[in-house]
Amino acid sequence: MDQELLILQFQQKDVKAYEQLYNMYCDSVAGIINNIVKNNDVVEEITQDVFIKAWNNAESYSAKKGRFFTWLLNIARNAAIDYTRSKKFKQSKQNLNSDFFVDIIASNDNLDSKTNGIGLKEFVNKLGDTCKSVIELLYFKGFTQKEASEELKMPLGTIKTRSRTCIGDLRLMLGV
Amino acid sequence: MDINKYIASGILELYVAGALSEKENQEVFEAIQKYPEVKKEVEAIENAIMQLTAAAKTDAPYSFQDIKSQLKTKTPKVIPINKPRNNWTQYMGWVASLVLATCLIYTINQKNTLEDKIVKERIQLEGMINDSYDNLAKAEKLIEVFRDKDIISVPLAGQQVSPTSYAKVYWDKKTNSIYLDAKGLPEPPKGKVYQVWSLKLDPLTPTSLGTLDTFTADTNKIFTISNANESEAFGITLEPAGGSKSPTLEQLYTLGAVSS
Repeated sequence: MDQELLILQFQQKDVKAYEQLYNMYCDSVAGIINNIVKNNDVVEEITQDVFIKAWNNAESYSAKKGRFFTWLLNIARNAAIDYTRSKKFKQSKQNLNSDFFVDIIASNDNLDSKTNGIGLKEFVNKLGDTCKSVIELLYFKGFTQKEASEELKMPLGTIKTRSRTCIGDLRLMLGV
Repeated sequence: MDINKYIASGILELYVAGALSEKENQEVFEAIQKYPEVKKEVEAIENAIMQLTAAAKTDAPYSFQDIKSQLKTKTPKVIPINKPRNNWTQYMGWVASLVLATCLIYTINQKNTLEDKIVKERIQLEGMINDSYDNLAKAEKLIEVFRDKDIISVPLAGQQVSPTSYAKVYWDKKTNSIYLDAKGLPEPPKGKVYQVWSLKLDPLTPTSLGTLDTFTADTNKIFTISNANESEAFGITLEPAGGSKSPTLEQLYTLGAVSS
C-alpha cells in the first residue's frame, strides 16, 4: 500500500494502518534504541513507548519537515537517551560497553536466519573506519551534518559525499 | 535543476538521516514532489537504512498486539444518540433558534417603527417647506409694497406714555389699505388691546381702523388694514379689550402725521 496514504490514515488514528507502519519500522526503532542503551532487557519496553508516543502525537508529524521514518527514529533516539539519563539505567550499568552498531550487527545471532542478514554482517565487517563513524553518527546517533562535521573534523561537504558513498555500498549489497 | 547532480550530491542521504536544516528539508520536500526520480531515490535510501538499523535489534520479535490496547482511538468519543448529554445539546439548539427568532421579530418591529417615523417626519418637513414657500410669497409681497413709489410711508413716534415705542404705516391709496408695522410696540397687558386710529387734524376727528386682536400671536407684527379715510395722521392707543369708540388719549402710544 502507498506509504503516504498509510501515514495519512495513521494521523486519523486508523489502528490498522498503524499496524502496517509498526511492522515496517519496529525493528529499526528497536535497533536504534539497542545501539544507545545497549541493554536487551529494556529495548522492547522503550520501543513500545516510542510507538505509543508517536500515536499520541500523530498530528505533530508533517511531511514537509521530513520523512515519517526519520521522525520515528528521532523519537526513538530521544526516548533511548532519556532512558540513559534515568536512575534505573545508572543503577544497572553492568552491560555497558562501547560497541558501535557494527559490533552489535557483527555479533547478532538473530541475523543469520534473516533476509540479507549474512550480507549485512559481511558488509559491516568490511566497512572502513570513516563509513563506520559517518553512519554511526548520522543514522544511529542522529547528529546533524554540522555536528558530525565537528565531531569527525571533516568539512561539511565531505560529510555529505561520504554518507553518499557509504550508503551507496550498502545499497549495492542490499540491491536497493 | 540537474537532477542527477542533485541526487549525487548526497543531500538525500542526509535528508533521510534528519541531519539537514529546516530550510534544506523544505527544499528536498519540494524536489520530491516535483521529481519522481528524487522520490524513488529517497525511498531506496530509506529502505537501506531501515534494513541496516533493524539489524542492530538483537532480541526476539515483537507483536503489535502488545501495544494495540494502549492506543487511544477515536471510537470511545462516539456518544450514543439517547444519552442525556445529547438531549442537552438538542435543547441548546432550540433555545438558540428561539433567541434568534425573538431578535428577528424585535428587529423587524424596530424597522417598522423607524419607517413610520420617517414617513411622519417627511410629511412634517413637506409642511414646513410649504409654509416657508407661503412665508416667502408674503415677504415678497411686502417688499413689493415697500418699494412701490405710490405708497406713502408714515413713521409713528413714541409718545409720553411710552417714549421708546414706534411704528410705521405704509399707506397704499390705490387699494385703500395700510400696512402697519407694529414691531416697535410692547406686548399689551392682559385685558388690553391696541387700537389703530385714522386722524383728521383740523378739527381733530379720530376714526377707528380697528383693534390689533392678534398682536401677541402675530410673529412679524405686520397688519394689513383697510383705510378709505382721507387720513392726515395715524395713532395707536391702548384700549380695553374690544376697543373704544373714541381714543383714550392718555394711552396714546405712537402718533405720526402724513406728510403732504
